[in-house]
Amino acid sequence: MTVSTREEITALVVGTLADIAPEIDFSTIAPGKPLREQIDIDSFDFLNVIIRLSERLKVNIPEADYGQLATLDSTVDYLAKKCSGGA
Amino acid sequence: MARHEFRMPTLGADMEAGTLVTWNIKPGDAVKRGQVAAVVETQKGAIDVEIWQDGTVEKLLVEPGQKVPVGAALATLIAEGEPAPAPAAPVSEQPTAVAAPQRAVTRSQPAPISGGRFKISPAARKFAQELGVDVTTLTPSGAEGVISRADVERAAHAAKAGMPPKPGDWQSQMRKAIAAAMAKSKREIPHYYLGTEVEMTRALAWLERENAQRPVTERMLYAVLLIKAVALALREAPELNGFWINGAFQRGPGIHVGMAVAMRGGGLVAPAIHDADKKSLPQLMVDLRDLITRVRGGRLKSSEMADPTITLTSLGELGVEAVYGVIYPPQVALIGFGKISERAWAESGVVACRKAVTATLAGDHRASDGHRGAQFLAAVNRLLQEPEKLQ
Repeated sequence: MTVSTREEITALVVGTLADIAPEIDFSTIAPGKPLREQIDIDSFDFLNVIIRLSERLKVNIPEADYGQLATLDSTVDYLAKKCSGGA
Repeated sequence: MARHEFRMPTLGADMEAGTLVTWNIKPGDAVKRGQVAAVVETQKGAIDVEIWQDGTVEKLLVEPGQKVPVGAALATLIAEGEPAPAPAAPVSEQPTAVAAPQRAVTRSQPAPISGGRFKISPAARKFAQELGVDVTTLTPSGAEGVISRADVERAAHAAKAGMPPKPGDWQSQMRKAIAAAMAKSKREIPHYYLGTEVEMTRALAWLERENAQRPVTERMLYAVLLIKAVALALREAPELNGFWINGAFQRGPGIHVGMAVAMRGGGLVAPAIHDADKKSLPQLMVDLRDLITRVRGGRLKSSEMADPTITLTSLGELGVEAVYGVIYPPQVALIGFGKISERAWAESGVVACRKAVTATLAGDHRASDGHRGAQFLAAVNRLLQEPEKLQ
């Protein structure tokens, strides 16, 4: 799957989160606020999100970069950069 | 050749019965120990029930839809060769005292035995009580005019006693199960509490290095370090690992760490990671992943529900500093971990910034004393300072 646009990446992130935590109401998620403060996911769920995004986007997400995936916006920024070949 | 009864296993102190949903076996099938024979609906969701012995299925004694108490026969098996080593080991391990008081509370109408207009065998009467069948409504089918076990069984089935709970009341069922176990714990177990701060800098640095070399699917969570350290420390404090049954401590047959896992939408279960002291960290991660995935989306196995010898709960992710645990009977200890955070750490006359976690022990004072508990926490601390040795 080739994903390039921010819209596509956003849809993928939202879809992945919804798979793991079906009770989330995305209309209430503030994209600039930490996700872990807004939805009930733990480190195990988070690891699963990382695994699925890595697989779908074919990018490597090192553990050291987890901090950049705190909010919905920062996650999309990070992944967009990764997909376009940036560091 | 020996005939054995495959019984409804115990599924934890807070579960007294389950409703058979489906059979995975049929008469004539060859079965192996550990094979999933049936799916049973309980207060904590559907559970895969495993067979405890190799053999051939002779007869299925209950049908889907029937509610069956813990310990009641589900099927008969013909085993090749030796007779069973111990009669229904998984069932008899569990104290009858645990289930009995709950039964007394939850059964709506004890079977009336006055009147004496009918005859009933003692086994059938006991069975009727277990199934909540009113024996006065039964008609004996045998020539002797004595109500038999089979008559009770038919009546129970006819009454369709307890189809699997509807999704809507499942949450309240689980609340009831937790309420029963926790009330029993606070009523009967004299808890003592100890806590200590454990420095995690080395352990986390080691884990970070380790994970950097691993593909994302094989990365480990720090929880596996805690599990392994607790499991190894329990070897030094065996009084914390096991059960309090009928007024005496019974050592656990292995170190089976019950992991408290929150379920989506509320409630929790604490299924076992078996022989955690003998497993490598990557293997513990595989087991933990499998367990959490099945808690949240699949099914647990009866053995995982039944035999944790201790419970571990890690609540730090939500920011709590320390856990003051309530022991899950008949276990005798619960280990809690709070949040890992940076702290001002004074050592050798210098204050430094270190990552640390508060580890707590809730112990059953009938089974162990604070001295032993303190030794245990000291061992957990010591083990976590040498993470490379935990592998």
